[in-house]
Amino acid sequence: MSDKPDQPVAASNSVWYFASGVVLVVAVLIGASVGPAGPPWWQVPLEFLSRLPLVSFDSGVSDAEWNIVWRIRMPRVVLGGLVGGMLSIAGASYQGVFRNPLVDPYLLGAAAGAGLGATIALTFGRSATVDWAIDPVPTAAFIAAILTVAVTYAVGASFGGTRSGVTLVLAGVAVVSFVTAVQTLILQRNLDLVREVFQWILGRLSGATWADIRLVTPYVIVSCIVLMLHRRHLDVFRVGDVEASTLGVSVSRTRLVIVAAATLGTAAVVSVSGLIGFVGLVVPHVIRLVAGAGYRRLLPLSLILGAAFLILADVFGRTISSPAETPIGVVTALIGAPFFIYLLRTRKVSA
Amino acid sequence: MSELAFDAVGVRYGKRLALEPFTERIESGEWVGLVGPNGAGKSSLLRAAAGLVESTGSISVGSVDLAEQHIRERAALVAYVPQEPLIPADMTSFDYVLLGRTPYIGYFGSESAHDRDVVAEVIARLRLDEFATRHLGSLSGGERQRVVLARALAQEAPVLLLDEPTSALDIGHQQQALELVAEMREHSGLTVFSAMHDLTLAGAYTDRLAMLDRGAVVATGTAAEVLTAERLADVFDARVTVEIDPDDGTVIVVPRRTLASDCGPNGHGDD
Ligand SMILES: Nc1ncnc2c1ncn2[C@@H]1O[C@H](COP(=O)(O)OP(=O)(O)OP(=O)(O)O)[C@@H](O)[C@H]1O
Ligand SMILES: [Mg+2]
Repeated sequence: MSDKPDQPVAASNSVWYFASGVVLVVAVLIGASVGPAGPPWWQVPLEFLSRLPLVSFDSGVSDAEWNIVWRIRMPRVVLGGLVGGMLSIAGASYQGVFRNPLVDPYLLGAAAGAGLGATIALTFGRSATVDWAIDPVPTAAFIAAILTVAVTYAVGASFGGTRSGVTLVLAGVAVVSFVTAVQTLILQRNLDLVREVFQWILGRLSGATWADIRLVTPYVIVSCIVLMLHRRHLDVFRVGDVEASTLGVSVSRTRLVIVAAATLGTAAVVSVSGLIGFVGLVVPHVIRLVAGAGYRRLLPLSLILGAAFLILADVFGRTISSPAETPIGVVTALIGAPFFIYLLRTRKVSA
Repeated sequence: MSELAFDAVGVRYGKRLALEPFTERIESGEWVGLVGPNGAGKSSLLRAAAGLVESTGSISVGSVDLAEQHIRERAALVAYVPQEPLIPADMTSFDYVLLGRTPYIGYFGSESAHDRDVVAEVIARLRLDEFATRHLGSLSGGERQRVVLARALAQEAPVLLLDEPTSALDIGHQQQALELVAEMREHSGLTVFSAMHDLTLAGAYTDRLAMLDRGAVVATGTAAEVLTAERLADVFDARVTVEIDPDDGTVIVVPRRTLASDCGPNGHGDD
């Protein structure tokens, strides 16, 4: 009896994970192979292959060329993967916790806060900090992002709506507009910095180093582990706060844990990559359309395919207008939006 | 050991008193029906028992005071079907019924083979096999309602609270659903407390009825004691005649049309 409904589900789970894993590997190889300078593109996958343990042959890539691949392209690819995967899994979690598919990980102010933090760091005392060993901009963005979400949470809880995510969303709207207004005020008094701040906000993966990756990885790992452990809870949230609580889930506490984890990871990646939009909103949604809405599958797939998506978007952004770069945030929207509309049209959404 | 006891349970929403202190004891394995006109406080009482609204007084299952229970322990004691369940359209029936096992799954755990067996068994009992892999959004209102009932049964709590469990069902499925509750009650000794609008069905399936009006109990007892024509005229403002089946004693409430064709809409409606 019980095998009838669950057997195909279990089987298709591993099929989905395998397929998306393949997509990610292909995306990484493309990301590492394409770019100005460096070896011919087809030699790069061979070189990766030859560097696997127990495999050894000459792919024709020189050490200097390998340096370009490993020191310049790979950090960018890995950072792109971390950012894309993190924003997608955080977006999916936010959508689950607020039972709203139109929500992204910036809902409660992570992006606005990071923007304000970066603006402050780029504006005040920039002349003094510009040659510090550690760039204060990411740190400021990270701290401000987390503080902003914390303020939103405190405001939302003080409305007394512990039972409903709606008060939280409303608090988010208020806090985001306030924070954005403060940022605008600062910018308006420092018009010479608008360009720099704007560039930060648009998001970028260029110039990524392994040091950047070491900086964000711990946060991303912690965040992803916590979110993955709460996949089942997100499925319970789908019947609404009231029924979830009659099923034994402490709704407000679980929501707080999930939001905190998603925010931690989001703030970390946003602080090094800038505000890359669209990924966290659309990747989970696309996966929902193709692979079903259950969070147990949606979260891992969002992580893997979000990573692949941003790596490919970045390849696109650095090649279409080469040698100039198209900002990654623009690319995600430029290719993501039409694809999303196409999917919405071909798959009849039932909800 | 799983009797449901209310001791002076009152509910208010802000200043509005929805339920005056309610005291009642539902024996282990007993099925009590809660009847009364719209807004009488039936849902409020059930919500209080499910821990969804603040209430005064105390509610206990067996010797356990529900207010002292952790939310998860409470969910293993009391299963609740709301009047208007929120249906995730893109979830399969099987996964939905599986949610009923939530109180038994560890915080970081996932469901066991036993959980899946329970779900499959409930689905089979409710004859829902053909819907198991279908999305809830594609089911009819009545099919959905049975799936919701299945989720509550999969919860395997000794106390089952049903808020108008059959409002969307046709007469056959109404009967089937109620038979099923009756069967599960025999099978696992469930204590059932259900709000119902169809007075005849309420009388036929439950052991006892409690009638609420404007937040207060107006009568409790067997169907024959509670459902009298005068009381129904008084409480529901309905013109009915009440007949007792000579063979099995079923109380039959028959709505009567007023001659001047202004029959009230709130006579004996289950809609
Ligand atoms: N959330 C709420 N806030 C304020 N008042 C409420 C709320 N829920 C119910 N009430 C009020 O409490 C009273 C009892 O409502 P309740 O839902 O318990 O009635 P009911 O007997 O279940 O009615 P029905 O047969 O229509 O379902 C009504 O007067 C209603 O207006
Ligand atoms: Mg009601």
